[in-house]
Amino acid sequence: MKYLTEFRNGEIAQRMAREIHSITTRPWKIMEVCGGQTHSIIRNGIDQMLPAGIEMIHGPGCPVCVTPLELIDKALAIAAQPGVIFCSFGDMLRVPGTDADLFQVKGAGGDVRVVYSPLDAVELAQKNPDRQVVFFGVGFETTAPANAMSVHLAKRRGLKNFSLLVSHVLVPPAIEAILQSPGNKVQAFLLAGHVCSVMGYWEYPPLAEKYSIPLVVTGFEPLDLLDGIRRAVIQLESGRHVVENAYSRVVTFEGNRAAQKLLAEVFEVTDRAWRGIGVIPKSGWRLSEAYREFDAEERFHIAGIHTQESALCRAGDVLRGAIKPAECAAFGKECTPRHPLGATMVSSEGACAAYYNYGRFISADELATAGSGLSGAAHV
Amino acid sequence: MSELREKMERDLSESSEKPTSGAKAPMDSASVDARAEALAYRAAPDFSNWSCPLPLAGYPTIVMGHGGGGKLGNELVEYLFLPAFRNPALENLGDAAVLDLGSGRIAMSTDSFVVQPLFFPGGSIGELAVNGTVNDLAVSGAVPRFLSASFILEEGFPLAQLAAIVEAMAKAAATAGVQIVTGDTKVVERGHGDGCYISTAGVGVLREGIQVGPHRAQPGDAVLVSGTIGDHGMAIMSVRESLEFESQIRSDCAALNGLIAEVLDLAGSAVHAMRDPTRGGLASTLNEIAHSSGVGIAIDEASLPVRTEVQSACELLGLDPVYVANEGKAVFIVAPEAADSVLKVLRAHPLGRDAARIGQVTGEHKSMLVARTAMGSNRVVPTQIGEQLPRIC
Repeated sequence: MKYLTEFRNGEIAQRMAREIHSITTRPWKIMEVCGGQTHSIIRNGIDQMLPAGIEMIHGPGCPVCVTPLELIDKALAIAAQPGVIFCSFGDMLRVPGTDADLFQVKGAGGDVRVVYSPLDAVELAQKNPDRQVVFFGVGFETTAPANAMSVHLAKRRGLKNFSLLVSHVLVPPAIEAILQSPGNKVQAFLLAGHVCSVMGYWEYPPLAEKYSIPLVVTGFEPLDLLDGIRRAVIQLESGRHVVENAYSRVVTFEGNRAAQKLLAEVFEVTDRAWRGIGVIPKSGWRLSEAYREFDAEERFHIAGIHTQESALCRAGDVLRGAIKPAECAAFGKECTPRHPLGATMVSSEGACAAYYNYGRFISADELATAGSGLSGAAHV
Repeated sequence: MSELREKMERDLSESSEKPTSGAKAPMDSASVDARAEALAYRAAPDFSNWSCPLPLAGYPTIVMGHGGGGKLGNELVEYLFLPAFRNPALENLGDAAVLDLGSGRIAMSTDSFVVQPLFFPGGSIGELAVNGTVNDLAVSGAVPRFLSASFILEEGFPLAQLAAIVEAMAKAAATAGVQIVTGDTKVVERGHGDGCYISTAGVGVLREGIQVGPHRAQPGDAVLVSGTIGDHGMAIMSVRESLEFESQIRSDCAALNGLIAEVLDLAGSAVHAMRDPTRGGLASTLNEIAHSSGVGIAIDEASLPVRTEVQSACELLGLDPVYVANEGKAVFIVAPEAADSVLKVLRAHPLGRDAARIGQVTGEHKSMLVARTAMGSNRVVPTQIGEQLPRIC
């Protein structure tokens, strides 16, 4: 419980922000990898507390945003089949496929259910032996252990009616792809704390070395983020480039070995398409040979998918950090959370939606001075 | 409520063995009396021991015939609705209730209730239906007087549950001091409804000299909320999504007309706007007021009253309590000089103990709600597009 308040102390946050101001002598561009971090930065106004020269670039770490369109379309096709119970995390429901989203499939009679854990979907399969239960297993290394556990359990229980539609993506190859992309502007990364809680950070020192780039394992609360940024700036200012752990209350170097063992058993590394970015070699997981029978793509053989992305949407450029959401011509015009053209406008973790929701209508100056008379109101 | 439901189910299982011996072996002598009395169809309901006279004509569940306009439907009215809601206007059972509202302007409101599950910690669809309409009238500056109630029942819906809902409505109406004076029942085929939907309408008499409306907020006004936010929405979510939280979150469902009357008695025309932040939560309500009045509203997140367990549950699901529904809370936009005294009155009332002053109306950032975060920075709090979706991670 104390985590709800301890790492949200406004006074300490202001002090840390002042420290960042005092150590910053040049402009720096820092990417937070994870969508949860983007959400927290915008939600808490962390970006407003930083020196003008420090620019936070929002990374590709929103699982909703990078799940390829083809897989969304497959999900829609499977969910629409009679006899299927299609289970998903809540925010996948509004992600636009080529023609529709899961909400529309549900409205048309598909049995689409929001669950909070893939294990709930396994229970559903057990309780509904005459139905095919499919779980939409998306996400980074963070959500992978629970997804792995679901097929592991299904296999152990001999369930023939459970399968996983998998689109797992991995952080280190994505970071490397960004660093290799022409015109890359990112000078330091805040590594995704929850990914590292599973995987540890032993994969990262070679990256820091090879690309001479500071990498800081960072949490999600305001003070975590400020500390991650502070450490990145200190490294940048002093010309160092190592992996640091600013989230040691959760993350160890080795990570969760038991989870990693299960992941290695259930999944194998594969090339993966990232929505808006393209195929990144060896950047994802699919079910291994031993678990292939639980792969929904194998079970349902969906053919004839013709995907078509919006011609206006520049989600890929946003995800690579090449442009800010507001620099896209469609932002706030053709593309809004009500009518999203790309997935980054859908999830609350998506960079475009976060910008639209929390900052779009107001200039930075006006926002900064808003509610200046509030201090009195708070202490009645 | 769960006690009541258990009792209903117990009674039902006893009754279904012997359809005409509903009075057999209840738990205590008081309810024996109550049942006997009710079964004799002559009692005005005494809700301390009141119990519904079930089953009707041997059916333990709703059948299509209950909506057929024949004997079964009449029995439902005569043995269930009338004893529960009894009042002179209803008793005529005419096509319309004839009401004496005195002179003055009246306020009218309507609402529909489709909540699932029907029974939840802290209330049921019955209390919601009454309190929701009472509150809509009260925040409009009216004294709620009369309600209508229409039931859309699904074939197969247990009569015991309907009785429990009706009893909850009767109690809520008695507590709020309103009468349910007319109603209707329809039955839909199994699979075409969700057990029980309720639609209500309400009328009230506007208080003299009170001018409130969402368009009346003025720069400088104080923003007050009558208590903790997010309780109802998270209570529903905790049972609907089978999430097991360590501590049970209860709905805040309550009639606010008493509390609002005290505020208006004290502050009168210094109250510029009142709303009950139901669906869409506090953020949607304040956005609506900002939009209607052409003003900006700034709130201080640190001053928002949120129960620890509600905050924790929201964190777990990636939800923001400012968007979560309330069913027993009101927002007051009052002239700054009246803010302290209104807050005092609110806090002295049992339904307003956790009331807080949370922000102010401003001439800047028009039509927008801005929150000062605990970090000391600001963020725009927009209206949500649809329902909040729990995040992946």
